[in-house]
Amino acid sequence: MKGDLLIVVQTVTIRDRDRLGELAERSWRPFALLAACFGIWWALTEFEVVPRYLVPSPGATLQLIADKAGYITHHTLVTGYETVLGFVIAVVVGVAAAVLMVASAEVEKTLYPLLLFAQVVPKIAIAPLFVVWLGFGLTPRIVVAVLIAFFPVVISMVTGLKSVDPEMLQLASTMGASPAKTFVKIRFPASLPFLFSGLKVAVTLAVTGAVVGEFVGGNDGLGSIILQANGNLDTPMLFAGLLVMSLLGVVLFAAVEFAERLLLPWHASRRGDAVTVTY
Amino acid sequence: MTVTQQAPAVEIQKVAARFRSKKRDVLALENVSMDVRPGEFVSIVGPSGCGKSTLLKLVSGLLKPSAGAVRLLGGPVGGPRKDVGYVFQRAALLEWRTARRNILLQAEMRGMPQKEAAARAAELIEMTGLQGFEDALPHELSGGMQQRVALCRALLHRPPVLLMDEPFGALDALTREQMNVELHRIWHETSTTVLLVTHSIAEAVYLGNRVVVMTPRPGTIAEVIDVELPRRRNYAATMSQPAFASATSHIRDLLGAATHRE
Repeated sequence: MKGDLLIVVQTVTIRDRDRLGELAERSWRPFALLAACFGIWWALTEFEVVPRYLVPSPGATLQLIADKAGYITHHTLVTGYETVLGFVIAVVVGVAAAVLMVASAEVEKTLYPLLLFAQVVPKIAIAPLFVVWLGFGLTPRIVVAVLIAFFPVVISMVTGLKSVDPEMLQLASTMGASPAKTFVKIRFPASLPFLFSGLKVAVTLAVTGAVVGEFVGGNDGLGSIILQANGNLDTPMLFAGLLVMSLLGVVLFAAVEFAERLLLPWHASRRGDAVTVTY
Repeated sequence: MTVTQQAPAVEIQKVAARFRSKKRDVLALENVSMDVRPGEFVSIVGPSGCGKSTLLKLVSGLLKPSAGAVRLLGGPVGGPRKDVGYVFQRAALLEWRTARRNILLQAEMRGMPQKEAAARAAELIEMTGLQGFEDALPHELSGGMQQRVALCRALLHRPPVLLMDEPFGALDALTREQMNVELHRIWHETSTTVLLVTHSIAEAVYLGNRVVVMTPRPGTIAEVIDVELPRRRNYAATMSQPAFASATSHIRDLLGAATHRE
């Protein structure tokens, strides 16, 4: 009992420690790596190892982003909107499909081959078809984002729902629990850690989906900026688009991680496990 | 022997359990019959894989017997029964719920009145010495503490029958003794009928009014031993009783004979 108490106390102490310092300690490595990449990029262009018209300097690229902030922001918001909407639809439909598939073996047998088929068809190849069907607006791009993000959501949720401790379910049946109550109180929360690992894959794929959609049709969004810049051999704009696109992906990924931290503080991968303190 | 025979709490009549999968066909239990009186504590010991756990699942209706019948509290067991409390070897707690809310899961699933459930949970937390840990998450608790939470959850609805499947098997020896003493006290205070599956002969004898010794697969009852010890038992004193020593050595002989028979 005393040991238990000690662990609880120590967990609290760790939580209260300087958060900023902890954050710096955790994140200096990737930042250092990123800085090194920028350094190499800078060196390659500064000493003209590669000609400037092929690879613009990091300074010029950042300058361009600053100069055309309004233009780039507009197109980023378009791509961001398509991505987020596509992601949300993929999550809602994906979770619902997973629940149905776990609830009924018949549904699973019916849906699974179809799902697999939808996954193996190259989305890039069918994207033009969506433009033909749905026009040049946002819709075809959102559809591509949904299609590409859907699969990891379904797979992770099905795995999560099936991984519930069987003894827990037996216990629930001795409690006279209805299937609905068992789902709400046990199955669903237990599957969330699995779902979130799928969501992290899905959100980055959704960006790709939206951009692929933009490649195929329409004249706004980061995808179309890049396509235009490519056509004009405007490499600085091409690089600016790529940079912003990556940033968008990272921000959305971080948002999903933040939600995970908020919702699953209890999960092993999330909790700061107690460590012994040396004085 | 009492003259007025009370109806048994559990009746197991010529039960067999056969598991069939594509690859294997296993007869886990064969021709098992026994009665458990209300308020009785029956321990079940036997070699691994002799179907002890299966027997508890048959009593609770989690499994159906391949032959024979099981009656619980006078009625036939058709499907999962609500009038039992179940404790597994692993605590099987919900990671995201605090100790108290894990205990209250029982109440939520049954739709018990909240006030009554909260009061009962507080009572059980007190009884099992969990005070101060009500708001801890399972990963912050030791194995013994987790198992106490599981026990509280199993007792919340005052079940007439408590089924325990090697509940202390994963605990260290000292914690296990402590839990044995606590379980004995709780049984004494609540007069619940208990079926306990265990690998520990000492545990089986200390806690049980009777000990059922089973044979290897297919599990049958080798012998039922009446433990000639008073109903209320002190741990240390019991250990040194001649009746305790003779019962444990007899059971050990039976189990040895059973495992060496092949």
